[in-house]
Amino acid sequence: MSKIADAFANGKAFIPFITCGDPDLATTKEIICSMAANGADLIELGIPFSDPTAEGPVIQNANLRALKQGVTTDKIFDMVRELRTDAVHPIRLPMVFMTYANVVFSYDAEKFIRTCREIGIDGLILPDLPFEEKGEFDAICEKYDVDLISLIAPTSENRVAMIAKKARGFIYIVSSLGVTGVRSEIKTDIPSLVKLVRENTSVPCAVGFGISTPAQAAKMAGISDGAIVGSAIIKLVAQYGKDAAGPVGEYVRKMKDAI
Amino acid sequence: MSDSKGRFGVHGGQYIPETLMNAVIELEEAYNHYKDDPAFNKELTDLFDEYANRPSRLYYAEKMTKDLGGAKIYLKREDLNHTGSHKINNVLGQALLAKKMGKTRLIAETGAGQHGVATATAAALLGMECVVFMGEEDTKRQALNVYRMQLLGASVIPVTTGTATLKDAVSEAMREWTSRIDDTHYCLGSVMGPHPFPTIVRDFQAVISREIKQQILEKEGRLPDIVMACVGGGSNAMGTFYHFIEDKEVALIGCEAAGRGIDTFETAATINTGRLGIFHGMKSYFCQDKYGQIAPVYSISAGLDYPGIGPEHAWLHDTGRASYVPVTDEEAVNAFEYLSRTEGIIPAIESAHAVAHAMKIAPAYDKDKIIVITISGRGDKDCAAIARYRGEDIHE
Repeated sequence: MSKIADAFANGKAFIPFITCGDPDLATTKEIICSMAANGADLIELGIPFSDPTAEGPVIQNANLRALKQGVTTDKIFDMVRELRTDAVHPIRLPMVFMTYANVVFSYDAEKFIRTCREIGIDGLILPDLPFEEKGEFDAICEKYDVDLISLIAPTSENRVAMIAKKARGFIYIVSSLGVTGVRSEIKTDIPSLVKLVRENTSVPCAVGFGISTPAQAAKMAGISDGAIVGSAIIKLVAQYGKDAAGPVGEYVRKMKDAI
Repeated sequence: MSDSKGRFGVHGGQYIPETLMNAVIELEEAYNHYKDDPAFNKELTDLFDEYANRPSRLYYAEKMTKDLGGAKIYLKREDLNHTGSHKINNVLGQALLAKKMGKTRLIAETGAGQHGVATATAAALLGMECVVFMGEEDTKRQALNVYRMQLLGASVIPVTTGTATLKDAVSEAMREWTSRIDDTHYCLGSVMGPHPFPTIVRDFQAVISREIKQQILEKEGRLPDIVMACVGGGSNAMGTFYHFIEDKEVALIGCEAAGRGIDTFETAATINTGRLGIFHGMKSYFCQDKYGQIAPVYSISAGLDYPGIGPEHAWLHDTGRASYVPVTDEEAVNAFEYLSRTEGIIPAIESAHAVAHAMKIAPAYDKDKIIVITISGRGDKDCAAIARYRGEDIHE
């Protein structure tokens, strides 16, 4: 059992996302502490990539803002290390990285994943690494006990069982077609997807893409094991900049209470 | 990598969101079904011959040969195809395939606009809806092609993200495909992206080397010593090389856009300056920094202004079967002007990169050696930009 299981141990999990280094790493640290203090069960830390092909405009822009600030993979590793070893309030809840395959591959996948273990990162989400390609990263992830998170999409259909059977940590159910971003309505038949997942694995599943309101989060967490929220938080960061930790914390509290 | 498909050595694969996996699997199955289907191939050959003006000429460039004083130079005239470039070969194949798959809408990325124009053309001919993504920077550099696409009934969406050039247009087309798969085929324009695109595009472009081989045997009774073409993603080069790969005596040369030089940051020469990475669905060589951030590449040529190269080229480079040489903006512009004056042929600025390298190497070869250069497109679209490069402002 990985540490990720802890996130789902006490009821439904609320999983907020943050792009590291937007607007700067000091603010990111404050936001992570604020998320942890306000009920987040697991935090997804985005390592920015120049060309995030699975993201809508909100997170694309956050990636570019962060890179412009000079954020690098090494600086993000340092930030996580500091958060985990803080003398007063170390962050204890599970955390995963969300980034693109090239960020891991060009760093040297073994070195990247070994560092994840050393600094206390529990999993890795790579949206451009489908089931067929995960082999080369999976072996290293298993070696260092870092969970490579599997994604299931509305178009997965006949692939759900195959993916679910090999899943570790948790399963990320993509709620809708398209890229990340706030949606007024989620039309996919999520309950059927969740049912298929549960028939094939005991690994928990959480729904992401398009969730922004407490009502949506409650609904999605109600039919799965948790809700993942990204763009709505990044919008708050874009709005409040260096003062975003407070408003993001309030938002996380509201969402956690709703589920 | 036992599950991975579409590998060329370590390169290739399918690094795409789960949302698109069934779409590329469906495409692969349809392609495997139709590629050997006589009726499909007849329909495609008819379109090539009757509509696209194939076979394209293999022209002996006598004045250029004499002027350079070395190897005999032939030009494979893809610029004479309908729509003015080799792009139509791939597009007619993919559009026909998409139609057989029941798709009613084509989306495409475009750099110089040649692939966008070709896709808009095929969509008009086959009665399909067409949306083309084009970097905002390129819509300015290639305003005429934007108008052509709109005239053909396509909508052109300017892409403002990132560097607002070809790579961003590819990213945006991929994003659009993940949001609408049922009725939409992504008509990718080069030998890149996730499997099966590098193979499909190569096969449709392989008509270029199939014809060169036949034509040169008719004219010279033997194979050429060198075949060469410009390389961005690498579709015209792959088409030019493909049927010569097994003929080891034929040297294969790809000409990359060096921009202001491979020792500057303003370059798009992927093999010469890039390293192994994963991007746009494939493992291959990419211009990137030490953390894997994709570099904002530069070339005067919008069609070669791309930070990666198709996986089969990466493999041909690894095995040493093909060589890839850098050509600067200045060299390409000189070749653009040279071919116009010497042979009365205005090549696309992309193709001029290959002409430039031929100008460098041809004089050193004996007169009985043969070089074939693929002129991938015509240069009308580039006249305003080249004039600007030379300090002259003309209105398009």
